[in-house]
Amino acid sequence: MIIAKRDYMKKKIHITKHDLLPKHVKISEKEKKAILKKYQVTLKEMPKIMKADAALQGMKAEVGDMIKITRKSPTAGEAVYYRVVTDA
Amino acid sequence: MEKPEDKPEDAKEQEETKPEDAPETAPETASDTPPEETEEKPERIDEEPHIFKKVKEIRFGVLSPKLIKKMASAKIVTPELYDKEGYPVDGGLMDVRLGVIDPGLKCKTCGQKLKECPGHFGYIELARPIIHVKFVSIVFNLLRCTCRECGHILIPKNRLRSQLNILDAVQNESGLESRRDKIKELITNLKTINKCPYCNAKQLKITLEKPTTFIENDKRISPIEVRTRLERIPDEDLDVFGINPEVVRPEWMVLTVMPIPPVTMRPSITLESGERSEDDLTHKLGDIVRINQRLFENINAGAPEIIIEDLWDLLQYHITTFFDNNIAQLPPARHRSGQPLKTLTERIKSKEGRIRHNLAGKRTNFSARTVISPDPMLKLNEVGVPLIIAMKLTVPERINEWNSDYLKTFVQSGPTAYPGANYIIRPDGKKKKITDETKEQLLEEMQPGYTVERHLMDGDIALFNRQPSLHRMSMMCHRVKVLPFRTLRLNPAVCHPYNADFDGDEMNLHIPQNEEARAEAEILMEVQTQLISPRYGLSVMGCVQDAISGNYILTKSLEMTRHEAVALLSSIGIENFSKLPRKDSVHGREIFSVLLPDDFSFIGQSRDKEDNAVIIRKGKLIKGVMDKNNLGEESGLLLRNLHKKYGADMTIDILSKMFRLGVKVLLKHGFTVQLSDSDLPDKSKTKINDILRKAEQQVNELIKEYREGKLDAFPGRSARETLELKILELLNKARNETGNVVISDSSQDTPTMIMAQSGARGNLLNLAQMAACVGQQAMRGKRIEKGYKNRTLSCFKQHDLSPSARGFISNGFKSGLSPAEFFFMGITGRDSLMDTALRTPKSGYLYRRLANALQDLKVEYDQTVRDASGGIVQYSYGEDGIDVSRSENGMINVKRVIDLVEGEGR
Repeated sequence: MIIAKRDYMKKKIHITKHDLLPKHVKISEKEKKAILKKYQVTLKEMPKIMKADAALQGMKAEVGDMIKITRKSPTAGEAVYYRVVTDA
Repeated sequence: MEKPEDKPEDAKEQEETKPEDAPETAPETASDTPPEETEEKPERIDEEPHIFKKVKEIRFGVLSPKLIKKMASAKIVTPELYDKEGYPVDGGLMDVRLGVIDPGLKCKTCGQKLKECPGHFGYIELARPIIHVKFVSIVFNLLRCTCRECGHILIPKNRLRSQLNILDAVQNESGLESRRDKIKELITNLKTINKCPYCNAKQLKITLEKPTTFIENDKRISPIEVRTRLERIPDEDLDVFGINPEVVRPEWMVLTVMPIPPVTMRPSITLESGERSEDDLTHKLGDIVRINQRLFENINAGAPEIIIEDLWDLLQYHITTFFDNNIAQLPPARHRSGQPLKTLTERIKSKEGRIRHNLAGKRTNFSARTVISPDPMLKLNEVGVPLIIAMKLTVPERINEWNSDYLKTFVQSGPTAYPGANYIIRPDGKKKKITDETKEQLLEEMQPGYTVERHLMDGDIALFNRQPSLHRMSMMCHRVKVLPFRTLRLNPAVCHPYNADFDGDEMNLHIPQNEEARAEAEILMEVQTQLISPRYGLSVMGCVQDAISGNYILTKSLEMTRHEAVALLSSIGIENFSKLPRKDSVHGREIFSVLLPDDFSFIGQSRDKEDNAVIIRKGKLIKGVMDKNNLGEESGLLLRNLHKKYGADMTIDILSKMFRLGVKVLLKHGFTVQLSDSDLPDKSKTKINDILRKAEQQVNELIKEYREGKLDAFPGRSARETLELKILELLNKARNETGNVVISDSSQDTPTMIMAQSGARGNLLNLAQMAACVGQQAMRGKRIEKGYKNRTLSCFKQHDLSPSARGFISNGFKSGLSPAEFFFMGITGRDSLMDTALRTPKSGYLYRRLANALQDLKVEYDQTVRDASGGIVQYSYGEDGIDVSRSENGMINVKRVIDLVEGEGR
């Protein structure tokens, strides 16, 4: 299939739509509290993600928000991971 | 607090404590010495029963002339060492006030004896200032970045503040390291400014003539001038350079007085002839003091400027080499023999230096190291120790009323007879050597409370280790077995975890010296506890080589009389033959089954492509062969299942029996790899030749097509590239076809074939390369094309693209290679040798970095993986939360678990 060049250029690439990118979802304040309680941690001990990370575009994520990442895993099939948005 | 001069590594670099901290706590030497602790609230000690000190900060500073004088206990004025009576001269370099190095004497400064007195510094007053080599780069930066007239930094006053703020911001953001980088950046910018923003003085270009001469506009700046310029730099400006004026004033980097290190760090040695041989440092200091005195005299006598300059330069040279004798621009100072002197920097630096050799390099007692060799008759958890070593290494045993007779027998035999004892330790800690003379008396003296250091004996616990110790299986606990000869011996099955072979490898043996250490070693480190790898959940130890071949032969087709079978089994240490069927002829499988527990059932797979089922039912091998898949290390579930069901001790017992069985079968059966193993029938030879000829024809056709320009190129490739790809594909196909002919046509029961099929050694490709055709030699995925102009070797025509001219070897190893083929083989052989030689250290370092980065990750009780500070790395270990060491190859076989549970219920 040949795509005309201008069509190709016009098309904006949404990296969030790419199927290699695991699903990133911002979770609610309540869920966030529950996660922190479950693992007995403060935000400091959580894994981080940059606010400017390409996977968060269009998500309106603010510093301190928690992102739930659902990935495909070779060992577990599907694995959930949580990250906290930071800017440094 | 102790006087601080006990670690005089580098007399110049020095750490100073704040004056209000502890007035009597004079500076402590820096560089590699432990830092001075600063306590926050010393007055709380009374109420706090647990006193601990915390390092709050470390400061590095430079000794000031004042401090050098203050910490010195003698002024050195004469280069002479001893007077006519051999007594140290007062004010000489061996002055008695600098410490004691002779036994029996007392120190004039502190009154302590040898080994108690840490030694004391002295100093000399230098006639002229001398630049310290180790600070040249800092001094150079300071000179270039400050005004030559007024000493201010070349930043206007209004911008100074903001520059400092920038530095602080950088430090806050990304640490001290980046502050230093920023300072460097700042300094490079300052070098270009040529007008002072304070006094408008013109700045001249300063260059450094290495090692220690500063040049300004082709004129030399004398150290005196350097010092005065450094003195002019105001304290406030030093912050920008990263210098704390409280502990470092820049002018201190130009020496006016020099500390003399204590004699304890440069002891003289009395030779056998009674002569005294002085330390390198003493020699060097002698030169310094001598030249310094000459310089003083000449200055006082009003000698011409040239003479003074010359002496000054000489003094500069001596002091420079005193600090560092390895300066590129200077000839190193030498002994009369021509050997370079080892001065301060050489003492500290590099592999043989104080840090890496003495501080980081630890040597240990109660250990042995020699070459290793295999012994399959040992148990897996045994180590064969040579008698000579067993009589040197000892185990302490405390005498009590029950073992005193037993221990007396060791003392009775003494150190020369085995098993004997080397030392007796009295309750007060005094160690007594047992000799023929002292033996009787010691036997009398022995009583409960004494300790006997007896020789190493069978069953003692030892730690066995091979470097590089990359994982925990690199150091395991073995039981000692004292054997003759001079090598340490181990069961070949444990080679794999140590990654050892017997081409000259050496290993280390350590003997734990107390009950706690022995218990710990036994419980945590013994070989059987390490059987299942935490990396992939399979056994790291298994049968290798002959043991695999032997078991393969045995279980595949061997039959023997019951009599022979009993003899075989008893030779591997089995005494119960009730499992062996009572019939005249027994099959190998039945012999193998004797090793298995009666209630063991297992279904697995062997390497055989068609008929690969392995069935063990109720402890009997019913079907299938034993090969690498089931017996080998890192593979197969047979060992894993044995371990799961019967535990570690029994598994290693069965494994070592299997291993010995394999070896003994091979001994009995006979096993010889021979040339005729790779013989082929004439029919297959013509088949192979046909294949090769046909391939060559096809290639020639392709080349012809290409020459005529008829070859269609692949998308994105040139015609030439296409041709190469097609040729490569064609030739590889041809080689594989010849390989298949070999595999199907050569006889199946030759030893070579058995090895390949059982997985003991070699593979079918190796066999095909021997019997038929070695194949295309490739470099970087291409045929060989380099060598001469447009050809690989001068025996070919230019632009010859035929297979034989580009590294295709159509001969096999048996028929022999043609000279050109041999050469091509040599090319790729050398290439791969270089490749491995270059890659090994790189990947080793990569692994080391990975291991260091992950070293204190830990699975917490809530199943999360966390680092040392509690930060979460994974929410569930490996995302599935499986403890690999309790799994089968990283997976849990649910069916087997269910079978197990049901079986128990039934």
